[in-house]
Amino acid sequence: MDNNSYCVIEITVKNHPGVMSHITGLFARRAFNLEGILCGKIGDSEDSRIYLLVDNDERLDQIIKQLQKLYDVMEVLICKTCKPSVFSQISEIVKNSDCEI
Amino acid sequence: MANGKNINKTMNGAQLLIKLLELQGVDTIAGIPGGANLPMYDALYESSINHILVRHEQAAGFFAQGVARTTGKVGVCFATSGPGATNALTAIADAKLDSIPIVAIMGQVSYSLVGTDAFQEVDTYGLTLPITKHNFLIRNIKELIKVIPEAFRIALSGRPGPVVVDVPKDVQLQTIEVTDLPEEIKIISEKIEDPQTINRIKEAAEMINNSKKPVLYIGGGVINAEASNHLAELAIKSNIPVTCTLMGLGAFPPENPLYIGMVGMHGARYTNLLMHEADLIIALGVRFDDRATGKIEKFCPNASIIHFDIDNAEINKIKDTDIHVVGGLKEILEKMIPSITNNARKEWLEELDSLKNKYPFIMPSKSDILHPLNIIKEIGNILSEDDIVATDVGQHQMWSAQGYPVKKPRTFLTSGGLGTMGFGLPTAIGAALANPDKTVVCISGDGSILMNIQEFATLADLNLNLKVIILNNGHLGLVRQQQELFYNKRFIASKFATNSDFAAIANGFGVKGIKIENAENALEIIRKHIKEPGACVIDVPVSPQENVLPIVPPGKANYEMIGGEE
Ligand SMILES: Cc1ncc(C[n+]2csc(CCOP(=O)(O)OP(=O)(O)O)c2C)c(N)n1
Repeated sequence: MDNNSYCVIEITVKNHPGVMSHITGLFARRAFNLEGILCGKIGDSEDSRIYLLVDNDERLDQIIKQLQKLYDVMEVLICKTCKPSVFSQISEIVKNSDCEI
Repeated sequence: MANGKNINKTMNGAQLLIKLLELQGVDTIAGIPGGANLPMYDALYESSINHILVRHEQAAGFFAQGVARTTGKVGVCFATSGPGATNALTAIADAKLDSIPIVAIMGQVSYSLVGTDAFQEVDTYGLTLPITKHNFLIRNIKELIKVIPEAFRIALSGRPGPVVVDVPKDVQLQTIEVTDLPEEIKIISEKIEDPQTINRIKEAAEMINNSKKPVLYIGGGVINAEASNHLAELAIKSNIPVTCTLMGLGAFPPENPLYIGMVGMHGARYTNLLMHEADLIIALGVRFDDRATGKIEKFCPNASIIHFDIDNAEINKIKDTDIHVVGGLKEILEKMIPSITNNARKEWLEELDSLKNKYPFIMPSKSDILHPLNIIKEIGNILSEDDIVATDVGQHQMWSAQGYPVKKPRTFLTSGGLGTMGFGLPTAIGAALANPDKTVVCISGDGSILMNIQEFATLADLNLNLKVIILNNGHLGLVRQQQELFYNKRFIASKFATNSDFAAIANGFGVKGIKIENAENALEIIRKHIKEPGACVIDVPVSPQENVLPIVPPGKANYEMIGGEE
């Protein structure tokens, strides 16, 4: 994966059941590309951290501004040290579940 | 108004909700009851809040907009779950696009049933997510105490917008011991203290002082910010011509010689041509909408851009700026005006005069009495500057924007962003109820009026001082015009096969209906009925052949407009 053509946005959000739809809905309705998404709770706080893999193009500025406007989003950063390649390894990282159905 | 402190009472969620609304200063709510919001209505029974029973939830949303657009306060509407909520969606989306503060409170099926496809269950949260500034689904009675005032704060603060609060029925029926309740939200605008921002404001002032051909490009943001006095001060001090977008109409007095009319798709020739000559555009509370700018690459090609706006996301969204400041327009202008030097701008104003003489806005001949523009001009003569005009959507809307002299902010209500047919009547009803001392005129078309015609019943209930003028061309006029100009006159689905008798319909609803038969005495009849207190509907026959001109064809630059020449 070419690290320069992608960018990882790191956001901190108030955690509740609707917050993910606010974020993915924003990308869909503004026709922003969203290549990957990683999300997890921060410790045992009320907050979550979300990493978004997006195209590194001229729309990045607008994406960040629109994310900042979302009510549940507390902080938006460009993660300079994040590796876009993590997103293509997700399936390997995740595949070790003992959930039984 | 009730004071929330020391309440010490057991209440259910519905009673708590109504109490919280009272504490936010709400005096009127429009809505329709149903299974999922009946507890709220039961609580309203004991409230001082006045409820307006409209006939469709879309009208409840527009009613709330009529209150909000004319007063700047939050308008509130109620709808039940399922079809009640879906009916309200159009009015909510409309408020989003025009940045209007409303709070829509919806009943929802009990939380224990959410997700089971229960009777009248629809995912209101999901449906309203993309069309609100923010939305809430209440899961627990305790959340109400925080969420209701927060909904008002969100609706009013920054760039205003609609907020939806979805309240499941079991939450409405849960009880809680209440001791302390929040007071009315007051929005305090942020002072500008950051030295960098102050520097940029100074730089902007310098840019204005050094410019030779500046134009102020004004949008609805100036009205929302109540900054029209500051705008006037700036324009007059530096002699800068002012143009308004559809949403900005009323922000600057049209009788001032610096006013150059509405910009864009249906702007006058001289307006668009002068903009094209500008060396500096000072954009205040605008979003560079395509109806205002035309083909953006060719919009004001020789101009630098200063953009002041409350919404950071509007900066550099469509057009790159040279200087921008994010913040309250009043505060920004207050800081900037002292650095603006007096400037006669003799040459630029001469250029304005000569363009205006050469390419004026062309009015139809006075003898064409029933030309919509002549009727609208006459309405302008009849009404006072504080009276209110609401429009529907179509040719009559654009003629109103061109021909009605909007002299004050919040007196011209129109669906700018969403362009919703059916907006006019229910919005006018909300406006009339919130402004009992004013005359309200709704200028509509025979297409649009039918989209919320059931509200004649609400109008009859309230007998407001509201006159509905239907400019009846037997067509979806704006569609017909597009087909004539851009689809080779292949007219389809734009002419009505039958013509409704709107005066008889109004009478049937219990509202006085008048049908104007021909040009003879038409304007006198209109004047007489507008002057008479109370409600009436006036059906005015107009020619179906007229077009709104000039017009910038789709995809063209503003200076490439067609028509509207002598
Ligand atoms: C709800 C809705 N449906 C369709 C349209 C598309 N549309 C825009 S103007 C127009 C015609 C409006 O006709 P009328 O109200 O009679 O006004 P006129 O143009 O004749 O003045 C239509 C169908 C719209 N704006 N809103």
